[in-house]
Amino acid sequence: MKSANQRAWLFVLPVLVLVAFNALIPIMTVVNYSVQETFGDNLFFWQGLDWFQQILRSDRFHAALGRQFLFTGLILAIEIPLGIVIALSMPKRGFWVPVCLVTMALPMLIPWNVVGSMWNIFTLPDIGLLGYFLNHTLGVPYDMTQSPVAAWITIVVMDVWHWTSLVVLLCYAGLMSIPDAYYQAAKIDGASNWAVFRYIQLPKMKTVLTIAILLRFMDSFNIYTEPFTLTGGGPGNSTTLLSIDLVKIALGQFDLGPAAAMSLIYFAITLLVSWVFYTLMTKDDTN
Amino acid sequence: MARITLQNVRHSYLPNPDGDDDYALKEIDHSWEDGGAYALLGPSGCGKSTLLNIISGLRAPSEGRILFGDEDVTDLPPDKRNIAQVFQFPVIYDTMTVYDNLAFPLRNRGRNEKIVKERVTAIAEMLEVTPMLKTRAANLSPDNKQKISMGRGLVRNDVNVVMFDEPLTVIDPHLKWKLRLKLKELHHRVNATMIYVTHDQTEALTFADQVVVMDLGVIVQIGTPVELFERPAHTFVGHFIGSPGMNILPCEIRDGGAFFRGQNVALEGPVTRSGERTEIGVRPEYVTLAPTGIEGVVRKAADIGRHNVIEVVAGDTRISVVSDGNLPEQGETVHLQFRQDQTRLYADGWLASKARS
Repeated sequence: MKSANQRAWLFVLPVLVLVAFNALIPIMTVVNYSVQETFGDNLFFWQGLDWFQQILRSDRFHAALGRQFLFTGLILAIEIPLGIVIALSMPKRGFWVPVCLVTMALPMLIPWNVVGSMWNIFTLPDIGLLGYFLNHTLGVPYDMTQSPVAAWITIVVMDVWHWTSLVVLLCYAGLMSIPDAYYQAAKIDGASNWAVFRYIQLPKMKTVLTIAILLRFMDSFNIYTEPFTLTGGGPGNSTTLLSIDLVKIALGQFDLGPAAAMSLIYFAITLLVSWVFYTLMTKDDTN
Repeated sequence: MARITLQNVRHSYLPNPDGDDDYALKEIDHSWEDGGAYALLGPSGCGKSTLLNIISGLRAPSEGRILFGDEDVTDLPPDKRNIAQVFQFPVIYDTMTVYDNLAFPLRNRGRNEKIVKERVTAIAEMLEVTPMLKTRAANLSPDNKQKISMGRGLVRNDVNVVMFDEPLTVIDPHLKWKLRLKLKELHHRVNATMIYVTHDQTEALTFADQVVVMDLGVIVQIGTPVELFERPAHTFVGHFIGSPGMNILPCEIRDGGAFFRGQNVALEGPVTRSGERTEIGVRPEYVTLAPTGIEGVVRKAADIGRHNVIEVVAGDTRISVVSDGNLPEQGETVHLQFRQDQTRLYADGWLASKARS
């Protein structure tokens, strides 16, 4: 057998070092914490898988996970169809194209904690433009600091405002790549608007939609800054999503072991859902 | 099925056309007989695709009317005109099977599944795609995709006209022949009017009974392939059709005769009119090397298989000769004779001599 050229390793080395420092080592420290108990002073006691069991069995984790899935589900159910509809109704050429694109991109350019603060001020019942208008002009009781329902509506609307543009821009790019001949052929074939959407536009948008859903899933599942600045997880625990709960355990209670175990479970869930979804969506392309 | 009439159709892509140059189609007045096989031939940008889109209804003409039979369809959308069009790049519905692709135009028109099945099976048989009916259309090769596009046009048995917009552009050369013959065969079987747009003369001449030659937004000549070859109505047709194209020699008209570089050239017959620019037109096939005649120097001589192509320069005019005789040397001085009944006069580009009867 001919010996392989071992010099190749040299070329991969920089990447390996980089990955080691920005991913492997940080994750390994978390793994290290997740199987031990520490009281500070660099004293560690072997704990095995106890923390994992404790987290997986705790009602607090179940509740946060439930809220997390509810949030992600809600925003996906709104942002994806809404994004498609907006992309479909955007002009294809002319003066309004750049106007629409720039307007769409604006919310995405705003720093996340600024978005949270903006919506906080905007919806405060006594001083916020929207809050005041709803409570004092329309007489609709709406207070996201007191009512869990109002808090939920606010964080969902905020996320829709912030991120629908991403779905729109991706879908719009997908739509623009469809040659005119497809629409002309469909016209001649007598296809209805629905058939054009179902058999031409949707299949051509499939790749970008997969990416859009994947990005929105990961981002919303890991969301922290915006709801934290907006509601701080309240009122009560009603908007305490997984990441907010994690930070409370890790930095509030300083329970590093359980927090590490929870991080790993959290990471595994994100990874698993993304992988399953991606595999399902690209299954047809290979055969 | 019906005869298609274009009445004074003009089209401009500008909102306020000003003068003839602003029109992509200058003035088209033409009828397409029911069941004919037509080719629309012309260089890129001559307006042939515009004309096609106007017939199909994808574009509304700036002026003029379009009639299918006696019905004015100028304001009808494509799906109401009962036409079919095959595009340059195959259009197929990726997510559907081949069967569903072919059935799509019928299902959209609410035909019942029994009729759909009958038609799709028949068309698949004609196109020789029966074994692929169950496969997903996205997985086909380009030529099969284009076959399916054609099939979707042919599957309705009541289409007025099937239009092809350079349909073989993306097909491999060796498959082009097969598809071209297939098209010809299909025309005989389905008996619909077919209009085939192309800039390739071989495609046009093999497919069509009648070839419509266009240039700069006008129809230059309509005729059978033989007519276009033998008697081009315009120097453009002479030059565009044939390989090499017709020889065009600038000439002077004196005493009813044509003179090229001071030498009288015998024309096919009397001169019908004159113009600012007069030219003699003769096909390379009708030029022979002879002991006397127009003098020139051989610039290039090549044996291209069946015959020789010789390029002679007389003054600054190039004259091509197609011959079977001996190949002259480059730089040799030769004399050329034109066959009289194939030597025509063109005034300002248009035919200006009449054959002796």
